[in-house]
Amino acid sequence: MTEYPEKLQQILEDFRWITDRDEWAAYLIEIADRFQPVPERIATSPYPEDHRVPFCESEAYVWAEDRPDGTLKFHFAVENPQGLSAKAMAAILDETLSGQPLEQVAQVSDEIVLAIFGKNVSMGKGQGLMGLVAMVREAARKRLRERQS
Amino acid sequence: MNDITERGYANPDVLVSTDWVAAHLDDPDVRIVESNEDPLLYPSGHIPGAVEVDWTTDLNDPVRRDYLDREGFEKLASRIGITPETTVVFYGDKNNWWATYAFWVFQLFRHTNARVMDGGRLKWEKEGRPLTREKPSYPATVYKAPPRDDSRIRAFRDQVLAHVQAGGQLVDVRSPAEYSGERLHMEGYPNEGALRGGHIPGAANVPWSRAANPEDGTFKSADDLRAIYLEEQSLDPEEPTIAYCRIGERSSHTWFVLNYLLGFRDVRNYDGSWTEWGNLVGVPIEK
Repeated sequence: MTEYPEKLQQILEDFRWITDRDEWAAYLIEIADRFQPVPERIATSPYPEDHRVPFCESEAYVWAEDRPDGTLKFHFAVENPQGLSAKAMAAILDETLSGQPLEQVAQVSDEIVLAIFGKNVSMGKGQGLMGLVAMVREAARKRLRERQS
Repeated sequence: MNDITERGYANPDVLVSTDWVAAHLDDPDVRIVESNEDPLLYPSGHIPGAVEVDWTTDLNDPVRRDYLDREGFEKLASRIGITPETTVVFYGDKNNWWATYAFWVFQLFRHTNARVMDGGRLKWEKEGRPLTREKPSYPATVYKAPPRDDSRIRAFRDQVLAHVQAGGQLVDVRSPAEYSGERLHMEGYPNEGALRGGHIPGAANVPWSRAANPEDGTFKSADDLRAIYLEEQSLDPEEPTIAYCRIGERSSHTWFVLNYLLGFRDVRNYDGSWTEWGNLVGVPIEK
């Protein structure tokens, strides 16, 4: 099996060692503060439905921009101002998967949501966050299919 | 209508405004409690002095599908520094959905000195009021709680079945697609393991969020609520009513509305809800 990109592995490792809930929240809030909404050159609100993340109540959207080196840069929008978990997850996906080999991005499992949020996420919210991961993974798989055909 | 007292509620005292909360931030007889779905919201900033009560870690039994027992409630009350005399004011995200859920659990232990901040976190933020990341610390209290009383405001499956067989009044507060059985779960939410779709026979369908104004999360006026629950759905405030959803959280919001704002005589929340009913062998289901 292809390994996850190193940055993602590192962040998953960080969360493995965080057991204190306050420390866990502070770490994710710090990540959420780095969230950069999709630039206007890519998309402007109202965003098209085909970029909308299924199951995400925070109204999140995902775009994949082709880079000259063949990798993808991921962009996100989170319309719910209180969608802090969605912003944190989007920032993690951008920081750890943008510019990484598509073969690796295409292998990323929904399980990373559980590894990061664990039991602190409600059943509903977990599914929305998994939808974000699924959109990113599917974008990588789509590019790989296009290149193979 | 900003003034809560002018909205015609049966029990207006159960709501407080953001102004009221702002004026009582340093009141030692008041404890502000934030309850959210998103666990990052409270630590990212909350009303100064507010404590967090988390629905998973604080209110649910970690092993059984049940709520905390008396001992657990006493410990929670001690941790947040309240006594039975403390006025506890709940607020949170999602139009106070989780705040009313926490409020409901507190009522299982008869902490009647409780309020909900109208509009919740959304209204407080929209008004540009202060938020802090500083976690307050209150001296631990000794709280002697009565045994948990499930008889008044909580319904169990056998009671629901008897209620259905007697033609009793039910409100299904899930989305129309869940109610019809087209979906087994809330739109945007996961399938939480119900084997059958549909609704409990005879239940009216009023999605919980219809009771709130989406722009600021405040509750609709009594006239507007009556138009929905009484006129449109023909619910009788004098008849015993059971509200349910998927796991009993959304329906605690409707329980709050029917019980306190519209003054229904006898409202219970069926927290087993669809995740239980949709898996029970042999119970009637309507699609």
